[in-house]
Parts: sequence; structure tokens; C-alpha cells
Amino acid sequence: MRLEVDITGKTYRSAAGGPHQVLAPIKFAIQSGEVGVLVGPSGCGKSTMLRIILGLDRDFDGHVARPPEARIGMVFQEPRLLPWRSVEQNVRLAAPDVTDGKLSELFRILELEAHRSHFPGELSLGLARRVALARAFAVEPDLLVLDEPLASLDDALAGRLRDEIATLVASRPVMTLLVTHSLEDAIRLGDRLFFLSPRPARIVQEMPIAIPRAKRNEVELARIRTEIRAELAALELETK
Amino acid sequence: MLRILSIALLLAIWWTAALFVGGAKLPSPPVVLHVIIAEAASGALFLHLGATLARVALAFALAMSAGSAIGYLMGRVTLADRLGDPWLILLLNLPALVVIVLAYIWAGLTEAAAIAAIAINKLPTAVVTLREGTRALDRSLDEMASVFAMPRWRAFRHVVLPQLAPYIAASARSGLSLVWKIVLVAELLGRPNGVGFEIGVAFQLFDTPRLLAYSLTFAAVVLVIETALVQPFEARATRWRPRAA
Repeated sequence: MRLEVDITGKTYRSAAGGPHQVLAPIKFAIQSGEVGVLVGPSGCGKSTMLRIILGLDRDFDGHVARPPEARIGMVFQEPRLLPWRSVEQNVRLAAPDVTDGKLSELFRILELEAHRSHFPGELSLGLARRVALARAFAVEPDLLVLDEPLASLDDALAGRLRDEIATLVASRPVMTLLVTHSLEDAIRLGDRLFFLSPRPARIVQEMPIAIPRAKRNEVELARIRTEIRAELAALELETK
Repeated sequence: MLRILSIALLLAIWWTAALFVGGAKLPSPPVVLHVIIAEAASGALFLHLGATLARVALAFALAMSAGSAIGYLMGRVTLADRLGDPWLILLLNLPALVVIVLAYIWAGLTEAAAIAAIAINKLPTAVVTLREGTRALDRSLDEMASVFAMPRWRAFRHVVLPQLAPYIAASARSGLSLVWKIVLVAELLGRPNGVGFEIGVAFQLFDTPRLLAYSLTFAAVVLVIETALVQPFEARATRWRPRAA
């Protein structure tokens, strides 16, 4: 399977009446088994792009080719859980075909076993984000979209969840699209990084990472980090 | 406990007032209780109460289901809202008496006319409440349901309905109180039985004990329905909310 994105533009009409360009032409594609990472400054139009790719926003110029039978798993920026359903029900409602064994395994990996019957209102943000991850993985997606899934979590927890995402992504062939503004997430999880400009967003640089995710050790990561920083500096783009 | 105390206080005020006013105008509680027992023994009380309750149940169910459906539609579809809004304002401001009298003139002094008239009185408030509820639906959860390709019915049941539940409960509660009041007028004007009919008879005879006997029994039944049905439903619908310790 393959996701092809060819957006030629997206314009809003602002409240004042004038047109407002959010996205410049953007073109990229990702394959099954690949993790594409969109890195860009806050407010550059990443979420708008995701909404277009997910089919939530059809009012744009261009074309998005997504296999129609592709199952989608999504982790929104806010967890978007149903507050009136328990953790387990939240997952099962999105993924009715999930087996008990698979569900238990997901809950074990994400350390949610103790919270199965809790309501989302009783969870911390970190836990709620993990439930959102469990939900996205439980549908066994062909296309997995992660919109800043680790934002506003402390470094230790973010690091652990990042490893868990890597484990889960490796467990099956899936096209993954990760949106982040953290270079750390990008180089640890991504196969191909797309750096976006401020609004209206366009891709200013595409960087593949040749070394497979599992084989990137700290030395390699440091090298990649330096390399990317240098390239970005040349482009006068800043990242964390 | 406080509830009982407050009811006792009401009784005490009534009893004292009855001692001062006295006689036929304001009978004391035991006199009214005596009438209630006598009417219950003859079976008339249950017959009339039953007739009224049946009308309430039917009219309420009709108005709530139609009103909720219309309100949901108007909240979701702008065109429906634009088309329906003038009708809604008209219905909201139409006096209950006008609807009842017109229904009896057009459809005769029939059961169907009475129930339809009561339902039409309740309908617009249900529509307004549910339309508000629908407008307040969380769009981000709709998007979530759509991304995860939830089938329509599952999304409605698990994503939409729980958000509407407090509005449905509010509408049911205000609706019940409205229907109670209107059903008596409809019975007074054109039905041969029911609490409203009995109150009409009592009025013609200036029979205050009988009037109070029927209206108080009826009020008691309402209280029971409110505590036994409406409040538990509300509690269930909001049980996921973290409670203040």
C-alpha cells in the first residue's frame, strides 16, 4: 500500500473576508512499513494537512491517494476519548474486531492493565494519551497517523512511549505518518523526514535516514542529529 | 430528612390556615384524607388517576420522541433549522388552551384529539432543548468516529447519544411538569373521566375537599414518578462524570 499526497494548495477565507493561504504545494508519498515524519514549527498547517489526508477536510486543491480499504488508526493531539465510556470500551468501540489476547497485550505494553475499567476523566494526560495509542493500534491500521502524540509529556515518559511506538510499528507493515516538532522523535522513529516551512507550509527539505530504526544506536543518532542540524542551519530553519 | 421536614411544615401551615378559615373553603388535612380514602374505596380515584396517567404517558412519549427527532435534525441540518424555526416560534407561543380547543373542534371530543393537543403543547420545548443539545455536540469526537470508520448507528449510540442525554433528561423533566398541567385542562374541557374532569365537577359543586383530594393524590403520583424514574435516569446518564469528593 502507498499513500500519495499531492496538495496544490489550501486557502481559508478569514473572518475579515480575505483569503488566507494555509498550505503551499506539498507533495510526498510513503509506503507500507515506512515512517514518514513531518517536522515543522507550531501553527504551520500540519494539522490542516492531516485533516486533508484523513478525509475530514475535502475543501482543498490537489489530490490525496489513499487505498480506499486502508484501515486508519489515529492519535489526535488531544486524546479525544469518549468520556462516558471506560478505557476498554473506548478501544473496543473503535476496534470491534480486536481479540481479547491482542487487547491484553496492548494494555500490557502500554501499562494500562490497571485502568481498563476507568473512565477517561479519571486518567492523567499521559495515561489518556496511552489509551489513544492503544485505540489506534487495536484497529490494526494500514495507515497510522500520529499528531504530536508525545507533546506535553515529561521526557522520561515521552522516551518510553516513543520506544513503545517503535515496537508497535515494527510489529506489522503499516504506513505511518508522524507529526512532531521534536527532532528527537523524528530521528528515533522516522525513516524519512520532511521539514516544513512556516505557514503557508511547504516541504523545504526531505531527508531519508538509511539506517533501520532498530539499528540506530546513540552514536549513530548523534551523528544523524549533527548532520540534520547542519543542513537545517544552512536552510536557516530552527528546531528543538 | 429535610424533605420530610419541609413537607411537614407545609402540612402544618395548611392545618393552621384551615383552623382560621374553616369550613367549606379550606378543609383541614384529615377531612381531605377522608375523601381520598372514600374515593379510593369506591375505585373512582384509581379510575380517574389511571385515565389521566395513560394520557400523560402517551402524550409525553409522542412529544418526546417526535420532538427529539425534530430537534436533532434542526441542530444538524441548517436547512431544516431555517425552515422549521418560524413554525417552532409559532408553536412555542401558541397558548395551550387554543391548541386544545382547536383540536376538540377539528377532531371532535375524542381521546385522540386530547392526546394530540397535549403532545403538540409539549413538542416545541422538546425541539428547542434537543436542538441546543445537538448544536453543542463535540465536533472533534465526530471526527474521531469518522476517522475510525465507526458505523453510523454505533457512532450515534456511543458518541452522540451520551452527549444528548443531559438535554433529554432536562427536557423530560420540564416536559413532564408541562404535560401534567395541560392534561388537566384538556380533561376539564372535553373528557368524561380523569383528574381534570373530577376537578371540573368539584368546581361546579364548590366541593373543595374533593378538589384537594384529587389534586394532592395526583401531585403525590408525580413526585413518585420524578424520584423513581426521572432522577435515576439522570444519575445513570451522568455517572461517568468524576464526582466531587
